[in-house]
Amino acid sequence: MSETMPIPLLISLDDYTPVLGEPEVAELRTLASRLQMRTVQMVNSTAMGGGVAEMLNRLVPILQELGLAIRWEVITGGNDFYEITKAFHNALHGGPYTMPPESFETFLAYNEQNLLRLQMEAEFIVIHDPQPVALIRARRDHSGHWIWRCHIDLSHPNPTVWGFLEAWVNRYDGAIFSSAEFARHLPVPQYLFYPSIDPLSEKNRELEPEFVRGTLERFGIDPGRTILTQISRFDRLKDPLGVVRAFQIVKRYFDCQLVLAGGGASDDPEGEAVLAEVREAVGNDPDVHIINLPPWSATEINALQRGSTVIIQKSLREGFGLTVTEGLWKSKPVVASAVGGIPLQIIHKHTGLLAHSVEGTAYQIRFLLSNPAIAERLGQQGRAYVREHFLITSSAKRYLTLFLHL
Amino acid sequence: MKKAEQPFQFKTVSYLTRIANEMATTLAQLEQGLETCSDTSIFNHTFQTLSHHHFLTQGFSNDFAQWVLAGCNRPELAEHLASLDIRDYLSLAELRADLKRLVSEYCEQYPQQAEQSAFEPFFFYEAIGVEVPLQMEAWTLQEFRDGLEKLSHAAFHFHFIASRLRLHLRTNDFSYWLESCLDLGTLARHVNRIDIYTNTLESALQKIISLVERELHS
Repeated sequence: MSETMPIPLLISLDDYTPVLGEPEVAELRTLASRLQMRTVQMVNSTAMGGGVAEMLNRLVPILQELGLAIRWEVITGGNDFYEITKAFHNALHGGPYTMPPESFETFLAYNEQNLLRLQMEAEFIVIHDPQPVALIRARRDHSGHWIWRCHIDLSHPNPTVWGFLEAWVNRYDGAIFSSAEFARHLPVPQYLFYPSIDPLSEKNRELEPEFVRGTLERFGIDPGRTILTQISRFDRLKDPLGVVRAFQIVKRYFDCQLVLAGGGASDDPEGEAVLAEVREAVGNDPDVHIINLPPWSATEINALQRGSTVIIQKSLREGFGLTVTEGLWKSKPVVASAVGGIPLQIIHKHTGLLAHSVEGTAYQIRFLLSNPAIAERLGQQGRAYVREHFLITSSAKRYLTLFLHL
Repeated sequence: MKKAEQPFQFKTVSYLTRIANEMATTLAQLEQGLETCSDTSIFNHTFQTLSHHHFLTQGFSNDFAQWVLAGCNRPELAEHLASLDIRDYLSLAELRADLKRLVSEYCEQYPQQAEQSAFEPFFFYEAIGVEVPLQMEAWTLQEFRDGLEKLSHAAFHFHFIASRLRLHLRTNDFSYWLESCLDLGTLARHVNRIDIYTNTLESALQKIISLVERELHS
């Protein structure tokens, strides 16, 4: 059934010193010195693919190197289990729940099966997202500290599904959310842990300027001219049509190119439809580059972001918005909608610019193109903000602090 | 070189952010929240936010002022809130009273604006600190200088900014130790005069190191 993940150890904590500075890395070691060989279990539902697995792939080795006795367990289940948990996921985002009433029993049965295989005996147990939430059944006599880490937006959940899950969540010692906006009123303490990016990953590591230039040219983009970029799935909630309209306004005043790059058009019928609408809106404008990227394009995304003059994220609805984090980390001025987790990252006029409409987005881009010194300052301050709050090392520090606090 | 009677014990602190289940979508609700939120929430949005935004040297003072400006578009009130200097406060109760007074006066004067919805809500958070001693202590000015160089932003904020609430004095841990244990009153005063609102934590730390080095070479 469930499996314990081997812990990758390719990157060491010392590799983060050039990024963070020696005192910050030393502080992680100081905090961890009180947690040596204390046991931790992280449990989620997938080893690969998706933001949670990507984060655990980096977080778990860092905590292990810091001296914690940490294990990462992945629960498993049949197709029926994953159909139910996908339906949960959609319903927790506010959609209808159409699965039969017995689906809740099936969900619990799979949690029970996983429990038979897992030894839930660590001092600190962190359960990620709803799929393994009922593992707390294993708790005996208030042993250990059980924390539920919710990575999804629970601001408008379907009441049937949330009503079922809430009873389990309330049995934990605490819950962690990515934003207060995503949280629920619960009788247990709730903590704010931002999602994070790894500055040493393919998507975020430093790249040679020649590689960036070469990548732009490979996609037919002129590196010598202004480049506005939105990296996102071709999804209506990312408002690519709004981005095109904003670009068309900006283009009246500035010579510039637009890059719309992302995936989701090949495996998603709606993505294909959105892509077709975008192509129609663009017409035969040679300055708009629509790039449908496969999932293994981390380095290309990195290069596109680094080669851009301004990064846009004109979402109508957003989770935390890690593409914004990535843009900020690359010292780029970012213009983004004030939705979801974006205002947590963009302090208006300090670390980027927020907008509320197509016209507002166009105005803010024009402002940045007219004021390159301000654009540069916002980029630098955006990077500093990410360094402080949204890197994987910040996540490690939050977990260490939580374990010390409990 | 003079040896202190008591060593300077370097510490650091790491903060958890707890979601306080309180929010404001209007200035009137902010006024109410300032009345009912916990002291750790006032601390988080004033003292601690300077650590969160330590790299900003202009236009950022505290979370309340920033929200009133960016979320409510009320620059006049934002300016009043931003002008509160946390160095003037020896207790969170005094700071809370002044924050609340400014918002209350504005709401009384502009009752319609007090009820207008903000672009985005203000969420009250609480800062829960975990203090950890660093394996460093200083008996002399030279050891003190060497210790400063190894401080993280959080440790520096703990000793230089948050310390006022602990000491209940208009000074900071560094100045207090320099004056009381090394009898370096002038240096202590110069250190205490460094402006935390127009410096980053990094630049403030570097200024203190420079002052200490000057003293060492004098």
